[in-house]
Amino acid sequence: MASTLGLVLSFLIFPGLFFTAVMGLATQWIDRKVSALVQWRVGPPWYQPFADILKLLGKEIIIPAGARRAGFLFAPMAGFAAIGVVSTILWLTNLHGTSFVGDLIGVIYLLTIPSLGIILGASASSNPLASVGASREMKLVLAYELPFIIAIFTAVTKVTPMTLRLDGILEYQAANGVLLGNASCILAFIVCILVAQAKLTYPPFDIPEAETEIMDGTHIEYSGAALAVIKLQQAMLLFTLPIFFITVFWGGLVFSGWNILYTIVKYVIIIVIIVLIKNVNPRVRIDQAVRFFWGPVTVIAVVGMILAILGF
Amino acid sequence: MNATKWGFKKSLWVFHLNAGACNNCDIEVLDCLCPKFDIERFGMKLVGSLKHADVLLVSGSVPRKVVPDLIEAYEQVPQPAVVIAIGACACTGGIFKDGYNFAGPVDKHVPVAAYVPGCPPRPEAIIGAIVKLLGKL
Repeated sequence: MASTLGLVLSFLIFPGLFFTAVMGLATQWIDRKVSALVQWRVGPPWYQPFADILKLLGKEIIIPAGARRAGFLFAPMAGFAAIGVVSTILWLTNLHGTSFVGDLIGVIYLLTIPSLGIILGASASSNPLASVGASREMKLVLAYELPFIIAIFTAVTKVTPMTLRLDGILEYQAANGVLLGNASCILAFIVCILVAQAKLTYPPFDIPEAETEIMDGTHIEYSGAALAVIKLQQAMLLFTLPIFFITVFWGGLVFSGWNILYTIVKYVIIIVIIVLIKNVNPRVRIDQAVRFFWGPVTVIAVVGMILAILGF
Repeated sequence: MNATKWGFKKSLWVFHLNAGACNNCDIEVLDCLCPKFDIERFGMKLVGSLKHADVLLVSGSVPRKVVPDLIEAYEQVPQPAVVIAIGACACTGGIFKDGYNFAGPVDKHVPVAAYVPGCPPRPEAIIGAIVKLLGKL
């Protein structure tokens, strides 16, 4: 994987864009099927997310009259590429141990890009409802980033010696047992699950794209292939976030013998928790969401951090 | 059959447009989404934005005031897209056909792919119409 061609291929095909998109769409089917079962329905067939994307690729792209053309069309691509990079970093670290100093910070930074891309695209689309969605998305980003960073750095504090490399965290867990065995990291993990809900804009934090009040908010004006990119980006985020949490807190992805089964079980558990939270909660208002993230969630994250410093 | 056409048949996203209906057809459309009928089995779902829609479900007798809005809504749906007229009013004008403000029915203003008669049509009839339409696409 040292050669440039190998890196480009791994970004485009295996752990990168293509693989992540396919796995993300498969995960989205799990999401829709479990939601349907919770609501006592049958749910869509397994190929449904793939059919949606294929259909969107064949449709016309309408650009609104007052929109900024380039900003409107390229903003979703930024988030799409960023998630591809995150997935490549995580999988290469887990499979081959290729890591670099500060890749943890890189991953946290790149995970914010999709939200920024959505905000840019929505603001460029000259639709009042999209503007409302964009302003809500901005407030949501401000709200959840603080507890998220505290929670991730709880894991960094717990690892001895302290490291900002993902493979350092993985090596520590391989030697001393998973971080999720500690009280401090359990609190941090709970915070991360709540933040994942907001990053994916799933209920109770689907405020930026509230279907019933602002009609899909941030991506109301998108159609055709541009909408397909947004849907793919959401699917890839749904696949990448659990992988990130498994890497940091739960021992990483191990593919040898029975560990293959264990890895899949870890992934499915996190997905099902996220989907169940999505299905049993109503949407909150944006002020309630900000108060929730800056209040109780930040307090939990800080308590976890203090416990980690004390050595629990 | 090429891939995008297969995708179009397997994933119809529905936008529901009330062009002067009495709300009864609209309630029957919502029934299709409920657990008993569950049209998500066929990949259909209700979307909030015209730009995401593949199918325009139009109900109502189309009074004169609504005509410009109906045409504008149809033009905002990205092609390929189909229009389905739901209920007796949308198909023929129904009991409002001699009304002083009647400007319909729907197919006078936008091309209609399928007609679902009934006042209101049952959810089974709406689903049956869509299945027959899928066979023709």
